[in-house]
Amino acid sequence: MKTVKSQFKFKGGVHPDYNKELAREQPIERLLVPAELVISMSQHLGAPAKCLVKPGDFVRRGQVVGEKNGFISVCVRASADGKVKAVEKRLGPAGGKADAIILDTTEKPEGEAPAVADGPVLPPLDWKTASREELLKRVEEAGICGMGGAGFPTNVKLNPPPGKRCEYLILNGAECEPYLTADYRLMLERAPRIRLGVEIMRKILGGPAVRIAIEANKPEAIKAMEAAFADIDGNVEIVVLPVLYPQGSEKHQIFATVGRVVPEPPALPIDVGCVVENVGTVAAIADAVELGEPLLDRVTTVSGGAVATPKNILAPCGTKYSDLIAFCGGEKEPVAKLISGGTMMGFAVSTAEIATTKTTSGLLLLPRSKVSQYSSQPCINCGRCVRACPMNLNAAEIAKAVESNDIKAAEDAHVMTCIECGACSFSCPAYRPITQFCRRAKNSIRARIAAEKAKAAAAANK
Amino acid sequence: MTIAIVCIAGVGLVAAIVLAIADKYLSVKEDPRIGMVTAALPGANCGGCGFPGCDGYARALVAGTAPNGACAAGGDACAAEIAKILGVEAAATEKRVALVKCCGTRSEAIRVGDYNGICDCNVAAATAGGDKGCTYGCLGYGACANVCPKNAISIHDGLAKVDKRLCIGCGKCVAICPKRLIELVPASATIHVLCNNPDKGPSVRKVCGVGCMGCHLCEKNSGGKEAGHFTFQGFLAKVNYANPPADAQIVAKCPAKCMVEDAHFESGN
Repeated sequence: MKTVKSQFKFKGGVHPDYNKELAREQPIERLLVPAELVISMSQHLGAPAKCLVKPGDFVRRGQVVGEKNGFISVCVRASADGKVKAVEKRLGPAGGKADAIILDTTEKPEGEAPAVADGPVLPPLDWKTASREELLKRVEEAGICGMGGAGFPTNVKLNPPPGKRCEYLILNGAECEPYLTADYRLMLERAPRIRLGVEIMRKILGGPAVRIAIEANKPEAIKAMEAAFADIDGNVEIVVLPVLYPQGSEKHQIFATVGRVVPEPPALPIDVGCVVENVGTVAAIADAVELGEPLLDRVTTVSGGAVATPKNILAPCGTKYSDLIAFCGGEKEPVAKLISGGTMMGFAVSTAEIATTKTTSGLLLLPRSKVSQYSSQPCINCGRCVRACPMNLNAAEIAKAVESNDIKAAEDAHVMTCIECGACSFSCPAYRPITQFCRRAKNSIRARIAAEKAKAAAAANK
Repeated sequence: MTIAIVCIAGVGLVAAIVLAIADKYLSVKEDPRIGMVTAALPGANCGGCGFPGCDGYARALVAGTAPNGACAAGGDACAAEIAKILGVEAAATEKRVALVKCCGTRSEAIRVGDYNGICDCNVAAATAGGDKGCTYGCLGYGACANVCPKNAISIHDGLAKVDKRLCIGCGKCVAICPKRLIELVPASATIHVLCNNPDKGPSVRKVCGVGCMGCHLCEKNSGGKEAGHFTFQGFLAKVNYANPPADAQIVAKCPAKCMVEDAHFESGN
């Protein structure tokens, strides 16, 4: 095991104000189960889970309440004991509505209570003797998906298609989003669990080399990981990345650690022999295997200038934002903007009644002084977005094309490669919502492709 | 000079002969009725019939693969004319126009955020569900107005409004609306429920002053359930356009004020 500096620096990127000092020194605190949980069926990327309960049912902590519904999908388990109050469409952080279970946790299920209130839900597995298939099945039944933000089902990622081999397992501990410190605290406080998770994943993936990627502005985390991995055998390196946004992006991390470039979509990291997992996901895998504990709660950073005490909270998935804010002592000053996630890629939300999911890494309460109202101006062709784009896209060209409703031109300018990191909007002096233009183009293109597929399928059925 | 004239004239003559021969032997025989049917159609190329433009529909009609009467824009007169050309029966059509089922203006429906992104409903809806408190209501960023081939839709006080005289019922606005709140209704119908929120009364009231609460008063006042003038989806009343209510008295009696008599407007007044 050795610590090395990253040999590769990607083009572009920006330096936003990180503001990590607000919550950096706050140890992870556990939130007691709130009176009401809103458990969404769409906490991951891909098809939403199929709801298995109806109003009036009692559920136990860890019980499967949403069934995996398709190949790219994971199951959803109840985060606490309680009675199902309702099953209805609720607004998620990203703006879409999805089926959600409203759980009243003040009413406990009748009958014998489990011996330990927080006891294991699944039988613990000994990872050393368990087979690869058993471990993969455990990851699947624990409902684990990528906890960095996108929520890609982990069992799919850990099971490369035939003919593709994972050469590098990359641990994403970059956490390049401003304000967020959840992964940082996890690396400090739960380093042994992360190591165990790495060993389990190494077994599942057939012994790849391991690269642990951490940005240089987290020396404490680097030290903690060095200590935890000191006596590990095999090819393991801690790679110290330069501080640059979006260093935590999967593609840029692969380039920064092993110097490989992931081709344009639909290519995936596995096509260049890499699997990237967030440190939170790795710890969740360790819990699922060794303790039999499915993914029921996660660490969320609640920060920003308007919150009384910024905190890193271990809360059950489905906790409403209002409960998180109350746990932090409420608001210090009026909140001008509430953001689910980080400031660069997070979603502004209009109400604190939205609940956390498996992918909610942060909740930011920004005061008026940090939020500006603006109206965007025409492009002045300064090229700052082009310089900032880490994917080598001509963002100005794409934005202008979408503005004039020419989606085809945007597609020709490779808009599908865009990772929506927000560096272009961040750097634009005319306040143009360039990322939003890209997102719009991507949505139209995806809708068109889906329509074409449906048409082809209908023609094939005839 | 003379040589030039002779040369050019010669080349022209040869080309003319070649073209005349090509026209005689290589011409594509097209059913003359296609041209006649195309001329009879409105020529808006709106795509409302499901075919690529009026020409595409005319070809399908002549080929016998499309039913006569699918053109909403042309209406009965157009169908009758086509029937005459093709010698077939015209299916009875009724002119349908788009109706925006929301009346939550800026003063009535609350806005929960300041949205300053791209002015497009689909983009706004993808940003935290839009800035309107009611997640079912019209956002008013004009996605429907932008796709309307006849400029029949305009935005007034944060709401899309349809000009009944200009609307040809092509349905493009119905397809693009992210909230799915535009419906094609018979142009003759006069009483409409302008709400799209199926939630319970109190939660509707929290976000909008003119939202339907599902009190069933309209149903009672129009002859009860047996009369069948209204259907209900959750706590939302819907006019049964196959059997529309005739008595305009019920409009004034709606306690939610979301029922109106002729929701369409005429631009220019």
